[in-house]
Amino acid sequence: MRLKLEKRPEPSVWMLVVTPVASVLLTMLIGMVVFDLIGINGFKAVVDIFLTPLLASYKWQDVAVKAAPLIIIALGLSVGNRAQVWNIGAEGQYIIGAMCAAGVGIGFGSIGGPLVVLLMIVAGMIGGAAWAAVPAALRTRFNVNEILSSLMLTYVALQVLSYLVGGPWKDPNGRNFPATAPLADSQTLPVLFPGSTVHLGVLVALILPFVFWILMTRSVFGFQIRVVGSAPHAARHGGFDAKQTIWLALLISGAMAGLAGSMEFAGVLHKIDLGFPSGYGFTAIIVSFLGRLNPIGCLIAGIVLAVTYVGGQVAQTSVHIPNSTAGIFQAMMLFFILASDILVRYRVRLVTSAPVVAGE
Amino acid sequence: MGVLEFLVVYGIPAIITVVGLATPILLAGIGELVVEKSGVLNLGVEGMMLIGAISGFAVTVMTFNPWLGVLGAAFGGAVASMLFAVLVLHLNSNQVATGLALTIFGTGLSSLLGLSFTGRIIAPFLSVFPASLAKDPVWQVFFGYSPIVYLALIMVPLTAWFLKSTRAGLILRAVGENDLSAHSIGYSVRSVRYAAIAFGGAMAGIGGAYFCMVITPMWAERMTAGRGWIAVALVVFAGWRMGRLLAGAYFFGILMALELYAKASGFSFLPSQFWAAMPYLMTVVALSFISSRGTAGANAPACLGKPFLPST
Amino acid sequence: MTKITRRTLMQGAGAVATASLLGKPAFAEDKIKVGFIFLGPIGDYGWTWAHNKGREAVDAALGDKVETVYVENVAEDASAIPVLRDLAQQGCKLIFTTSFGYMDQTIQVAGEFPDVKFEHCTGYKRADNVATYNSKFHEGRAVLGTISGKMSKSGTLGYLGSYKVPEVVLGVNAFLLAAQKQNPAATLKLVMIDSWYDPPKEAAATETLINLGCDIVTTHTDSPGPLQILEQKGLYGFGQGADMSAFAPNAHLTAIEDIWGPYYVSRAQALIDGTWASADTWDGFKEGTVMIAPYNPAVPAEVAALADAVQAGYKDGSYDIFTGPIYDQDGNLKVKEGEVMALGDLAVIDWFVKGVESAS
Repeated sequence: MRLKLEKRPEPSVWMLVVTPVASVLLTMLIGMVVFDLIGINGFKAVVDIFLTPLLASYKWQDVAVKAAPLIIIALGLSVGNRAQVWNIGAEGQYIIGAMCAAGVGIGFGSIGGPLVVLLMIVAGMIGGAAWAAVPAALRTRFNVNEILSSLMLTYVALQVLSYLVGGPWKDPNGRNFPATAPLADSQTLPVLFPGSTVHLGVLVALILPFVFWILMTRSVFGFQIRVVGSAPHAARHGGFDAKQTIWLALLISGAMAGLAGSMEFAGVLHKIDLGFPSGYGFTAIIVSFLGRLNPIGCLIAGIVLAVTYVGGQVAQTSVHIPNSTAGIFQAMMLFFILASDILVRYRVRLVTSAPVVAGE
Repeated sequence: MGVLEFLVVYGIPAIITVVGLATPILLAGIGELVVEKSGVLNLGVEGMMLIGAISGFAVTVMTFNPWLGVLGAAFGGAVASMLFAVLVLHLNSNQVATGLALTIFGTGLSSLLGLSFTGRIIAPFLSVFPASLAKDPVWQVFFGYSPIVYLALIMVPLTAWFLKSTRAGLILRAVGENDLSAHSIGYSVRSVRYAAIAFGGAMAGIGGAYFCMVITPMWAERMTAGRGWIAVALVVFAGWRMGRLLAGAYFFGILMALELYAKASGFSFLPSQFWAAMPYLMTVVALSFISSRGTAGANAPACLGKPFLPST
Repeated sequence: MTKITRRTLMQGAGAVATASLLGKPAFAEDKIKVGFIFLGPIGDYGWTWAHNKGREAVDAALGDKVETVYVENVAEDASAIPVLRDLAQQGCKLIFTTSFGYMDQTIQVAGEFPDVKFEHCTGYKRADNVATYNSKFHEGRAVLGTISGKMSKSGTLGYLGSYKVPEVVLGVNAFLLAAQKQNPAATLKLVMIDSWYDPPKEAAATETLINLGCDIVTTHTDSPGPLQILEQKGLYGFGQGADMSAFAPNAHLTAIEDIWGPYYVSRAQALIDGTWASADTWDGFKEGTVMIAPYNPAVPAEVAALADAVQAGYKDGSYDIFTGPIYDQDGNLKVKEGEVMALGDLAVIDWFVKGVESAS
């Protein structure tokens, strides 16, 4: 008796929904057991990481603020991933986007207002797109693998940030600490609910998935992306330009990362220091896959990941697990979701006798 | 001070510093090069280095034997890489995402495992040559290193020879060039890639252990501080050639040392961030050159990063 | 020194497990909760370790009236905000934020919780419910400089720094000025590694300083890595923040120990008594915040006597290393003969004294 994989004629929609949920549940279960084995209260750790942020209402704003950049970046990445264009430099585009927004903010000095904030956000999107344009140009011009080039540019972006906040853009009143001057209040993103930290970017992160959903399902562009991704040869016959698709995929994902970076800057931190890059660009890749490259899936996955971040911190105070344990949970979840991806495309069947050739 | 004396007083210590900076990225780079030659892109190098580091440290603490520690590091890195291998090879998961997950996982796991080793120290795994050679101001340039340094240097020609001149190496490259045709003439693509990934994990593990067993004989969270990503860059910078990998590792090592030397001696003609960004910038430039020459001149494995999807 | 073993971890977990996030705080109502957030792990044997010792001192002194909680590994970015909010919502009435990078986050959360008192370490922004406190680490550096001036054969000293912030600049200047009192020809080479924590880079930078002729290297970064390099080379160095002699029994001449306990106890007591008020505290040897670890047997008795004299001088107010004449790197007279630099000037210092050979 053995297991046999059979390719499904159509990806299973049922599995598409069930597998991510099952992955999260399995992660919780295994986490509980493993934590107990290493001497930490496993039940409490898992409850605090996965449930407390959802059940304790005062944690909701933290989850929302944390989820917003993840969702926005993941939306852009999903477009590229659907077209088989792999931008893994979103972290760099996020950083450059934030730096461009900061540049505009610094340039306007004490002048603020909605228009300046809008300009900052637009500059962030342009900056992110420009940083992503480098891998696009290299790919279309020299056939350079965009996975490698976008990754390398992330580390260059980190040094650009380090140089600017430690040099030309250093806060003159900041006692030499490498950080930009805090934004004037009139240059920050408005807060949705007075007294909370939920900024306008959270609303954007809630609306954008639906915009992307319509874009991907109802527009020619969405069709082009899907065709190029699933059947490149057919796409060529259909008159879709592969180079144009690469450009679009990278520019859109870069702009989204830049948007997320500029809103994190203008909405949450209000200044940029060396701690600004916190890995959202990399985590968003996980969100994109956890959400199965679907815009609405990204929305949900972004919230799930944000819950594990926030919950990881809760568990630090309650059961004293190290911060990086949240990373173990995220990775485990991703391992399961990646592993279960095969169930979407294949059927598992028990074969009792001699192996039969799978009929297709 | 004469030229010779100057070289002995300043040149040799500088070389030793560069060797220390180059060795871990060289080790991890050798492994990653073999993995990529088999057509697989494993971005989990940083995670495997950290797991290798804590494994090597733990074994050394428990057995007081650094040789066993190195074995433990290789084993730890290889085991970690198998997580990646199963997902990528059997379940056809996306290699980029799986590699990133492995890095996140390795960072978290090593921190957790390391909790009970924080604050412990071990004897550094230094030169095994007699002190008359290892500590001699001149001869230390040849004999003053940890055995891991020589291991890295031996692995370069050994791996190059394996890839170039052995049947197994030929098959490995064939699998990386065109997995479907390698499969159709009867080679087991999966077995070859499993072996390559395990080797990559083992080498990354030893590279990670170099930090906590040789440079600073202690465990500290995230102590590899991003060197795994430099190793990934290094493989690309080298254009997937073993000789250039060696040269590249030492070149990156010199760049890192130059930054420190420039600061200590008061040169500041370029911001230090420029030096830190150099390895990555040069990698992008090198990659553009390699790629623009087209597939004929390129040494890049054609199947790099693509899933293996046999029809049966 | 305590090791973090599973056992102590469990005890820690037990102590705070009662701080259920979902229910009401289970602490006895008469106990006041005091919270701490730490940058590193409490087992870093440096900065965070020392602050945690201070927390333990509060437990020991006021254990019947006060309950302490802490969170370690809190990044100096936006993620510190929910952690702080969490502590406040758990009922902490006094919260110590123990790294410079928490400054704006502390101010922000303090605005949300006017009833909670905050104390920010090494920062300069205060509010009615935010006090700041710091330690005159440079007084300790003067002791190390005195020892180094006597014990260095080459007269070239090494200093491993993080960033050119006032704390580090003060450390460099105090160290070299004290060394020059013993050896007027002493010079100093300086490397800033652009990080507080990067063990491989700290090690390589230490090697570089040694290669360039430094025979004593003192560190202003957090890992014991540099001491281990000095141990291997048979040279001397000092512990940073805590006694690190276990890492380098021969190389470790002594260490500046950060003793936060007395301050933490006094502030918690002030809260109990209702006398807590926002202030800026900058304590040194006199108040017991800076202490010098036991000398290595390699320190000759007459050198130890000189070092003791510096400490005694700080305690009775007869010694201040920033007494003129002091010249800057270019030879300009910055402090006139007989003048003593004011605390306000020290807090914003951004120039190096004569004899610092490296540019910055």
